Amino acid sequence: MSAATLTVPLYRAAHGRTGDKGNRSNISVIAWDAALYPLLVAQLTEAAVAAHFAHRRPSQVKRYLLPGLQAMNFVLDGVLDGGVNDALNLDTHGKALSYWLLDMPVQLPAALAPLLKGPP
Amino acid sequence: MTTPASPPLLIGCAAGFSGDRVDAAIAVVDTLIARGGPAFLIFETLAERTLALAQLRRRADPDAGYEPLLDDMLRPVLARCLAHGIRIVSNFGAAHPLAAAQCIQRMARELGLPAPRIAVVSGDDLSGPMHRALLRKELGDAMDNIRLVSANAYIGAEAIAAALDAGAQVVVAGRVADPSLTVGPAMSHFGWGADDWDRLARATMAGHLLECGAQVCGGYFADPGYKDVPDLHAVGYPIAEIDSDGHCVIGKADGTGGCVSLASVTEQLLYEVHDPAAYFTPDVVADISAAQLEQVAPDRVVLRGVRGHVRPENLKVNVCHEGGWLAEGEISYAGPRAEARARLAADVLRRRLPALQLRVDLIGALSVMADDGGALQAATPAGDARDVRLRVAATHADRDQAERLGREVNALYCCGPAGGGGVRTALTARLNTLSGLLPRAAVPARFEMLENAT
Repeated sequence: MSAATLTVPLYRAAHGRTGDKGNRSNISVIAWDAALYPLLVAQLTEAAVAAHFAHRRPSQVKRYLLPGLQAMNFVLDGVLDGGVNDALNLDTHGKALSYWLLDMPVQLPAALAPLLKGPP
Repeated sequence: MTTPASPPLLIGCAAGFSGDRVDAAIAVVDTLIARGGPAFLIFETLAERTLALAQLRRRADPDAGYEPLLDDMLRPVLARCLAHGIRIVSNFGAAHPLAAAQCIQRMARELGLPAPRIAVVSGDDLSGPMHRALLRKELGDAMDNIRLVSANAYIGAEAIAAALDAGAQVVVAGRVADPSLTVGPAMSHFGWGADDWDRLARATMAGHLLECGAQVCGGYFADPGYKDVPDLHAVGYPIAEIDSDGHCVIGKADGTGGCVSLASVTEQLLYEVHDPAAYFTPDVVADISAAQLEQVAPDRVVLRGVRGHVRPENLKVNVCHEGGWLAEGEISYAGPRAEARARLAADVLRRRLPALQLRVDLIGALSVMADDGGALQAATPAGDARDVRLRVAATHADRDQAERLGREVNALYCCGPAGGGGVRTALTARLNTLSGLLPRAAVPARFEMLENAT
C-alpha cells in the first residue's frame, strides 16, 4: 500500500440505512462528500459486497447508482433467513445490517482525510 | 422552485407505524394551523404483520381489529383538526375500518363536536371465503393447507381521493399503500387525473418520505460523533409542502427536536427502495434515479427530479397464515470466563434438544449480526466476553416440541454451567406470509360515508 493511501472503515466516508421487504434487504450507502463518491463506487462492487455478506449467503446482490444523491443502493436477496415473520434472529428485519456494511474497509487517498467523519 | 399559482398543500404525518408516539400529532397540528392554508394530517400505522395481528384481535372481539392506539392518537387533535379544516387520512382502520370510523364518530360526540363526515375505504380485505378461489388461482398451491389469518391487497389512492372529493373530513382505510395516504389528498386537492404519472410519482415520493414519521426528521438516524441530532428525545414529525406539480419541500413541526438534512432525507428516500428507477405502488411506478435534494433553509429540503411511469397492472397481495410456534429462552453469564460458560450452556441445549434447529445468540459477544444457520458464529473465534446473555430460539409446528426449549433453558439453573441467572422464556404463535400479485380489476376499491354524519 502506498504511503499516500488510508484504509478506513466505510462509516468514516459514508452513512446508510437498511430497509427490508420479505427476505430481501436493501442498504443505502451515501458518501459524505462528492469527492469520495467515485472512490466508493469503484470499491463497493456487487462482488465485494456479496463477499462481505458471505455468511448470509445472498442469492444475488444488485447495486444501483444514484449520482444525483452521491449514493448507492444495494439490494441483497435471501439474506434475512426468511424475513420478519420467519427469521429466528432477534433482529428479524435485519435493521443492523447497514452497520455490517459500514464496517467494511475502504482505501482512500490520504489527501481526502479532511473529508472523513469521526476521529482518525 | 417555480412559484405555483395556488398555495402549497401541507401534509403532516403523525405516525410511522402501529405503536408510534401518540403525542406526535400535537406539534404537527399546531404547525399546520399556524401556517394556514389547505392541510391534511395522515397517520401510517400498518406494516407487513400488523394486519394479521389486527385480524386475530377482530376474531376475539368483533368490535376490535383497528389500530389499538387510535383513541390515544386522535383524541388530542380531533377537535382542532375539524375546527381548522385539517382533514385526516389514515390506514388505522387495519382489519376493521368500519369499527375505527365508528370509534371516531363516538369520540367526536364525546368531545361535543359536530358529527364529522367520515369515509370508510374498503376492498383491500380478501380474507373472506368468497376470495379464496381468486387467491388460490393467483398464488398457487402455496394457498393449500394453510390456516389463513389475513389476506390484503395493497390498494391505491383513488378511493381516498374520491372520498375527499365527496367531502369527507376523515378517511379511514385499511391496507392502502403507504404513499397513497399522501397521493390521495394531493390528487383530490389539485384535481390530478389517475394517469398524471409525473405528478403522482412526485407526490408518491413525498408520501414515501412522510410515511415513516420521524425517520425523515432525524429519527432512526442519530449516531454520536458521526450523525448528531439535536433534542432527539423530542424529535419532530414531518410536514411536506406539495405544489400543484407535485414537487415537495420536506420540513417538520415547529418547536421540535430532530433535523431535516440532506443526510436524513437521503436515507429515508432510499429506505425500502429496490430499483430506484422503478418504485412500484398501486398508483404509479416512480423513478428517483435522477432525483436531487437541496437544503434550502434549516430543516427544509427540496426534492426534485422525480419522474413517473404507467402504474402496474397488478396489485400486491399479502397473505398471513398460522406458522407454528416460536420458542425462545435466555440466560445470563457474567464475570471471568462468562463467554465460555455461555457457549457450554448452548452446547448442553443442542444435545438436549435434537428435534429442534436451534439458533444461538451470545448477546454481548455476537448476536444480531449473525445468521440463523450459525455460519458467522462458527467462523468467529471464541472470545473472552465477560457479560454474555445466551439466547436460543427455535420454531416447530408442534407446540409440545416447541415448549421443550423453555423447559431446558430453565433447567440450566441447576443442571447447566456455573453462575447462570436471569432466565426468561417465551412461547409465541407465529404468523407466516405469502406474497403475490392480483389483477387490479379483481380488487375493486370503494368508499362509503358513515351513516349518521351530517
